[in-house]
Amino acid sequence: MAWATVVRGERFAFDDLRTLLAKANEEKSGDRLAGIAARSESERAAAKTVLADLPLAVLVDEPLLDPAHDDVSRLLARTHDAAAFAPLRSLTVGELRERLLSHDGAVDAVPPRAIVPEVAAAVAKLMSNLDLMTAARRMRRVTRCRNTMGEPGVLGIRVQPNHPADDVRGILLSTVDGLLFGCGDAVIGVNPASESVATVGAILHALGALVERWQIPTQTCCLAHVSTQLAALERGAPIDLLFQSIAGTEAANASFGVTLDLLHEGRERVLAHHRERGDAWVGDDVMYFETGQGSALSAEAHHGIDQLTCEARAYGVARAFSPFLVNSVVGFIGPEYLFDERQIVRAGLEDHFMGKLLGLPMGVDVCYTNHVAADQNSCDNLLVLLASAGCNYFMGVPCADDVMLGYQSTSFHDAAAIRALFGLTPAPEFARWLEERGIFRDGRRSASNAALRRDLLRAIERVALPGAA
Amino acid sequence: MSGARESVPGVPQGAAHASTTAMRAEPSVEALESVLVEHTPARVLVGEAGDAYRTATQLELRRDHAAARDAVRRELDLHADLGLDVVQRFGLFVVDSCCRDKDEYLLRPDLGRRLSAEAQDRIRGMCPPGADLQVVVGDGLSVAAVAAQAATVLGMLADAAAARGWTFGQPFCVRHCRVGVLNDVGDLLAPEVVVLLIGERPGLRYADSLSAYLAYQPRAGHTDAERNLVCNIHERGVAHDAAVARIVALAEQCRAARTSGIAVKEELSAVTAARSNEPGAPAPAPTIGRVG
Repeated sequence: MAWATVVRGERFAFDDLRTLLAKANEEKSGDRLAGIAARSESERAAAKTVLADLPLAVLVDEPLLDPAHDDVSRLLARTHDAAAFAPLRSLTVGELRERLLSHDGAVDAVPPRAIVPEVAAAVAKLMSNLDLMTAARRMRRVTRCRNTMGEPGVLGIRVQPNHPADDVRGILLSTVDGLLFGCGDAVIGVNPASESVATVGAILHALGALVERWQIPTQTCCLAHVSTQLAALERGAPIDLLFQSIAGTEAANASFGVTLDLLHEGRERVLAHHRERGDAWVGDDVMYFETGQGSALSAEAHHGIDQLTCEARAYGVARAFSPFLVNSVVGFIGPEYLFDERQIVRAGLEDHFMGKLLGLPMGVDVCYTNHVAADQNSCDNLLVLLASAGCNYFMGVPCADDVMLGYQSTSFHDAAAIRALFGLTPAPEFARWLEERGIFRDGRRSASNAALRRDLLRAIERVALPGAA
Repeated sequence: MSGARESVPGVPQGAAHASTTAMRAEPSVEALESVLVEHTPARVLVGEAGDAYRTATQLELRRDHAAARDAVRRELDLHADLGLDVVQRFGLFVVDSCCRDKDEYLLRPDLGRRLSAEAQDRIRGMCPPGADLQVVVGDGLSVAAVAAQAATVLGMLADAAAARGWTFGQPFCVRHCRVGVLNDVGDLLAPEVVVLLIGERPGLRYADSLSAYLAYQPRAGHTDAERNLVCNIHERGVAHDAAVARIVALAEQCRAARTSGIAVKEELSAVTAARSNEPGAPAPAPTIGRVG
């Protein structure tokens, strides 16, 4: 199908759906890199105008990628609830935008399973930044593993205690530092520098022992490749959450070395492992996914689809596996995909909105690299915007400086400040634990508690070398 | 590290509520902290002003970010960054990717993955094909990393190759280089294993961290799933000799398996993994957007 419109006397034609979606995107250096971006602001506005009148049915009935050649497309078709979508079929994208923003609670009549990623991407393209926040704030997505994330008034934080050489004591020290700031309810999750099964196993054992010894109602994770985590599991390592980076096309996932079958098999194995461990699980959400606009293009696996739509398709993959956590790593990819603070902020708000619309417990790693035109103030800005939009969780990195991955995210201090600024609390189980341990008192961080600090620090030696004490 | 253990004797089980035993001569919080902070370069235990940083912390972060931003802009200078000795020993030369300058390099990774036509001619003319081990040095996002690490690692790799009887290809440098350049090198020279030493994106703490990407018979169309990686090669990360030992061991694994990437897993013991100066193996599956 082809479309055309006239804006101020100039005619703009769009040959197919991919082209229309790409040109309707807000400006992103990645779409320019792919050669699919609007060539002028007028063309961008024209594409948005055409897109607004497009019936949602077109976006559902005309797959961007032939399901015969792409397993993500097959998964999206299989997991789409046609019955739930039926009442929405004749809506246009513009009308869906208004419904999501209306005051009458109509958002409840838009169940996530009725929405396909292409629809989520299309409506995001018509929204202002404030629209993205307003609409997302109404959509709470609650998930459960060892605690409960995503309820109203809750802001979770992942402690990200990475170490450039995977020193377990160093990892545990960063973890304790984060716990003392009330962080770590979303997950204590380490990106290992090494992909060896032994290293990943050592990290998982140490984090598991800390959580067990201190009876912390949270989840641990070592963000190695899924096959490495499963190999560690095979050798006896405890796995709370199974992590994987994912993307929105089969070819992009292949570049990460993953298939949908592998994700499915991994989830089944971790669920069985949880049942065997018999810990105090409050739910069966055991997967953790990270994504980011531009990853498909980076793997030369975008098939001419714009980076926002590819990202939405990654969320379509994620929701098929009932994840506990999903976050975009929005500023990590670099200036060739998101050029500066303006583009990073826009992408962060889009990603959070689309994830929520598709039913995901969306968090965001608000971050930047040292080769992009952004700084820590950029993170402060986006952090506030996303907190106001009801984002499920952020990252907690010591002073926001990840000494393994070499980028800057958000800090334990930032987490405390944002919770205070918006009156948000940690996950309920975790908040109770903080009070019981005296880390928090009446919902606020308590003054420095030397005995508690010493106990936590000494616990590091016990769990870093099991059986050594 | 054994010192750290000896300083923390007899921690009782269930130490959570052990504060009442504090009358005994036990290590102070400060003593524990001073031992533990030696285990990580992370900015832990920095104190606070309310929920914010102390002013000294705030300014330190600001200074380090400024240094990293400046490092990204630096251009490769063969003699200054690799050293005259190494340049002469190996007959090193520099070629360009398809990027014209640093700005284009930052915005166009596709061009940074391709060798310019002139570069291809020069490499064909200078490098005998079919080596067992072909090493390439790329500036990546940190010339500081190349300057601090590449010369030593290159020399040690050549020695290790000689000790194993491997033919060692004529090494060269690529300016404005991305990891994907491995495929062009494979297509041009058909080596058995290619090792690309490339500057990592500067962090705040380290602006001079080097990565080594390995690929077995790389060809056009190969992705990171077909590559192995030893990363964080710098003073407080992976030491030069440890890095070279791991690169060579991985090269041997790749040659034996006749493939590289996700199918080749580095094996290290848990004891090694727990020690800060001997970190584990690389991460073959990329996180989004490394020097890619």
